[in-house]
Amino acid sequence: MKAPIAPASVTELIEVVRSCPRLLAFGTGTKPRMSAVGVTRVSMSRLRGIVEYEPSEFTFTAMAGTPMREVCHTLAGRGQYLPFDPLLVDAGATLGGTVAAGLSGPGRLRFGGLRDFILGVQFVDGMGRALRMGGKVVKNAAGFDLPKFFVGSLGRFGVLVELTFKVFPAPHSTLTLKLAASNVEAGARILVEAASARWEVEALDIVPGNCDVFVRLAGPTEPLQEMAKDIFTRWPGEKLSGVEAEVIWSELREFRWAYADGPLIKVALTPPVLPALYQALQPHKEVRIQVSGGGNMAFASLRDTEQAEAFSNSLRDLCLSAVALRGVGPLWYGAHASSKIAQAVKHALDPDNRFPGLDE
Amino acid sequence: MEPATIHRLASLLPPERLLSRPEQLAAYESDGLTAFRTRPLAVAIPETSDEVINLVRFCHDERLPFVARGSGTSLSGGSLPVPGGIVIGLNRLNRILRLDPALRIAVVEPGVVNTQVSLAAAPHGLHYSPDPSSQSICTIGGNVAFNSGGAHCLKYGMTSNHVLGLRAVLATGEVVVWGGPSRENAGPDWCGLFTGNEGLFGIALEITLQLLPRPERFHTVLAGYSSLEQAGDAVSEIIASGLLPGAIEIMDALALEAAKASVHAEYPPGCEAVLIVELEGPREVVDVDSARLGEILAGSGAVGIHQARSASERLAIWKGRKNAFSAVGRLSPDFIVQDGVVPRRRLGEALRRVGEMSRQAGLRCANVFHAGDGNLHPLILFDGRIPGALERAEALAGQILRMCIEMGGSITGEHGVGIEKRDFLPEMFNANEIDCLLRLRAAFDPLGIANPGKMFPSAEAPALKQHGLHPLEKAGLLSRE
Repeated sequence: MKAPIAPASVTELIEVVRSCPRLLAFGTGTKPRMSAVGVTRVSMSRLRGIVEYEPSEFTFTAMAGTPMREVCHTLAGRGQYLPFDPLLVDAGATLGGTVAAGLSGPGRLRFGGLRDFILGVQFVDGMGRALRMGGKVVKNAAGFDLPKFFVGSLGRFGVLVELTFKVFPAPHSTLTLKLAASNVEAGARILVEAASARWEVEALDIVPGNCDVFVRLAGPTEPLQEMAKDIFTRWPGEKLSGVEAEVIWSELREFRWAYADGPLIKVALTPPVLPALYQALQPHKEVRIQVSGGGNMAFASLRDTEQAEAFSNSLRDLCLSAVALRGVGPLWYGAHASSKIAQAVKHALDPDNRFPGLDE
Repeated sequence: MEPATIHRLASLLPPERLLSRPEQLAAYESDGLTAFRTRPLAVAIPETSDEVINLVRFCHDERLPFVARGSGTSLSGGSLPVPGGIVIGLNRLNRILRLDPALRIAVVEPGVVNTQVSLAAAPHGLHYSPDPSSQSICTIGGNVAFNSGGAHCLKYGMTSNHVLGLRAVLATGEVVVWGGPSRENAGPDWCGLFTGNEGLFGIALEITLQLLPRPERFHTVLAGYSSLEQAGDAVSEIIASGLLPGAIEIMDALALEAAKASVHAEYPPGCEAVLIVELEGPREVVDVDSARLGEILAGSGAVGIHQARSASERLAIWKGRKNAFSAVGRLSPDFIVQDGVVPRRRLGEALRRVGEMSRQAGLRCANVFHAGDGNLHPLILFDGRIPGALERAEALAGQILRMCIEMGGSITGEHGVGIEKRDFLPEMFNANEIDCLLRLRAAFDPLGIANPGKMFPSAEAPALKQHGLHPLEKAGLLSRE
């Protein structure tokens, strides 16, 4: 394959967009299925770096190609963080790729997902114009909210160049509990009840393999111990050591539990659907599932593409929609509706179809 | 309206729900931005989604402009009627269609009043977070159209952070369904794009809202300062400490005077500014955090600190705050509320400059604002009966907006652009960016019939001006923020 073009400035990127009839930007390829289209590939790896960071404003602005690791590290240095637990950070995911993929991790339960923290964007549209939308302050209602629209848009409506995010002060400590659940019904019940309870837990995930629920509390150290006692009066379980907890959450954030080559799919769902989903997957025992974000999403790993169609059909029967991060096979799984407005918005931002459509 | 058009429109609704006589239309001529007034040609009052869809499709077929309206509390003139167009009044679509405590969602029609959602959710220990000051009267449909905020946005965001799903009729007549009960989705965030469209894309018919567990404990503190700067410095200290309060608000001397007169709120004697900070969360966490907050405030030079000891004391603090704007109405026959945002670290500088500019303009200006997120709310007081006073007030408002842009902020934090700030949009966005926004608008509304004349600078005829409080404000039913 030809080496991708890698513009080193916004001006160069604009030139590339204007001169390429068909192109798609990518970061470091940690979610390769999302950019696997037969068009000119434009690497954003050289458009990197944090442009502005004002801890007192709870905001930062960084170029799309900035590794998420660098962002997280810089924020941590000032006692702040992105509460939605960015995924594939160790794998090298970029800020722009994370936005385009619309991916949030376990922590999205507490304060919301990536969409709830993006404030502004600079992007190059299909006419090769660098445009800024949204703002650089934590509150702004001027103009249409394109920054949110770009979350999960897979680079099909414009090339993300620079992004502004809201951040929060990082909690002083975290405490992870493992709650025993004998089956998926019990696990789903814990997800529902714990998410509504007074503890305001940060994360609730079910790891692949069994139905135990991992709960992460975050805040001042002492109160977390008190709340853990309270939680154990409701459900049996155990506290994890700091090291054990970091291993678990890091394994989940990095999908180390997933098949290396098969399709990895993000499914949007709710906890009450879980029993039906697990039931539907009974005949496909080799499918591995992580339930994340309090049961608002699941990541499914298929061993190979042969299982893709059956999995997609199961999701469709449950009226669930999903998108593949990696692996060969379809990009979209399950229920997938197209609308006239989607085409009209595509035409508004990219009239010449320089970027592939969502269905390509 | 052409009689033939009226005749055709009349086939869509029973006569008692199609208003066209002048005395019926009068109540719909203005909204929360009382300086503007336009008489619509007719007001349609649908009771079902299907009726709304039929009305929008009718408008599309007839190229008839329409403005969707809830309770008419927009502070940017977002629901001001369009000359030659109809108003679609959505207050009767006021059903909570579903409230699912397990999923922590409510599915509501657009005419449901903001507080009704929290009231319905309360028995399940849940609440709907965005709390605009007009929440006891404003509707969710309007909140969605304008991405409304409130005092508690610092931690949980604005309306768009709580909209999980939408069923909407677009200005083309297309009915779309986006999102659903899950907090996650696959594909672009259409709900995010629709929320805050200011009525330019279409009308939301069913809105799936996220509900949050009601915090177990609140810790609400009111601190008085002898200067605004000191109050501002205290905010910086709180932010730097790593605390994440649910709300951080400041009121200045003029706003305090108004609140005292209006709701008999009490503030520490001799203070020129009041800071309200609210922590919320599990009791164990709030206990620890409130101790830290106490240390910060103790060292902040406050002339008096009052902590709410009960739910009713907490409500009293918030009542003084949320009624501050309508209270200011008692000090002056007219006022304009501004909504600009500045970077938080420049709040002190911004307030100084607002003070200087208002002195130069010879106008009084009260400040009540969301200090935690840099969202200013200067209230410019004037007497519309004095020739030229409204123009001077508008000129001052313009100066303040330009200052916000120059400081790297925004012309609106939560009220929207509407008709009020449409001329300032090109100062925030360049020509290409405006073109992009217009192209998006055209994608949703190629005929330009949905709330035309809002958000974008327009050559359309200016609205008539009036003065005085909104009738609902006079009746004490409506507050501005």
